[in-house]
Amino acid sequence: MSEASLWSTFGAAVRRDLLLAMRRKSDVLTTLFFFVIVASLFPLGIGPETDMLRRIAPGVLWVGALLATMLSLSRLFAADYIDGTLEQMALSAVPLGVLVAGKVTAHWLLAGLPLALLAPILGLQFDMAPRALAVLVASLVIGTPVLSLIGAIGAALTLGVRGGGVLVSLLVLPLYVPVLIFGAGAVEADISGLGASAHLSLLAAMLALAGFFAPWATTAALRIALE
Amino acid sequence: MLEADNLECVRGERSLFRGLSFQLDRGQCLLVQGSNGSGKTSLLRMLCGLLAPARGTVRWRGQPIAALGDAYRRELTYCGHHSAVKEELSAAENVELAAALAGRPVSKKATRSMLAKAGLRRREDLPVRVLSQGQKRRVALARVLLAGSALWLLDEPVTALDADAVKWLAGEIDHHVERGGLAVLTSHQDLPLAAGPAQTLRLDQ
Repeated sequence: MSEASLWSTFGAAVRRDLLLAMRRKSDVLTTLFFFVIVASLFPLGIGPETDMLRRIAPGVLWVGALLATMLSLSRLFAADYIDGTLEQMALSAVPLGVLVAGKVTAHWLLAGLPLALLAPILGLQFDMAPRALAVLVASLVIGTPVLSLIGAIGAALTLGVRGGGVLVSLLVLPLYVPVLIFGAGAVEADISGLGASAHLSLLAAMLALAGFFAPWATTAALRIALE
Repeated sequence: MLEADNLECVRGERSLFRGLSFQLDRGQCLLVQGSNGSGKTSLLRMLCGLLAPARGTVRWRGQPIAALGDAYRRELTYCGHHSAVKEELSAAENVELAAALAGRPVSKKATRSMLAKAGLRRREDLPVRVLSQGQKRRVALARVLLAGSALWLLDEPVTALDADAVKWLAGEIDHHVERGGLAVLTSHQDLPLAAGPAQTLRLDQ
């Protein structure tokens, strides 16, 4: 199998999931609305105490993004599992890992990337400084792919299990904690003048690690689910 | 070419079949029969490598399929109970994307002419959601026929098909076998194959 055909299959997997999401927009919008609502309720609940809001902003926005990503995990493989598409993917001449990587990429484009782009607008409600907003976007752009990659393992492991949604949260949350700490930490470090580069580098290291191992682990979990 | 050696299938605590062996050569068609729950689908899933047999091996060109991996998958097409057809996509999109994901991209023109042969002319661009059960099945079969692989594994391919479509499918299988292809089918209905199946396997004993 040539490298070009691996890439074209990867591209087809991404395109297919994006096309399906466009035909079923409500799924994607649910995630975004959830994020917007969670992030907007805090300023409303706390009131106009700008010091307090500025301090909690990175944490609240990151927790919101994390929960919104988790909300969208269940649809990653479930529909394909039920209608037999996943079976066909497992029988593809292309390694299943390539197709899984394509699906995870599509998931990030539909969940993580929009969250990162929305975050600065929501950050304004917390009176965040422009510089802090830029760091927030950077940390989300690096961090949310890690959430999608790790989440894919959880989604694959709980495939076909009743009450899988709750189980995914239990499985995946502990693994999300480091991402949350360094993601929100990056913004806080920047605000306090320490510079965000150390945190962002660690996030990038997590991304490299997850990018390497997660598709492999997800593939193994999917093969078990299909037996 | 395709060889099953002493296969045993265990689902839960029940053994569905054991000591099952057969050999299928180029240009042969195997019809698997048996009552509901006798393990027909499990056998087909074993043959395509989705299910590991409790005992025994499946061989393709003399080598165990587990060792062949992608090289074996490149030569087979499986059409299961679940037709892997997306309701939101049109018939043409379904066939094209499924082919691309399988690593065997097909042209738009080939897709359209195959869908026309499958009796879906002028319905290529409708979302599959609005098609009937039998028409969805035709979309799934069009994918199998377009793949052009050597081994077809078809699980209940004629379910929900009308008489014309059954005749069309039987003709396609005949053609495939004549060209030296292999086919393994499960079916409760009789398929009007020109030469009849070369082998029949009953799973009820």
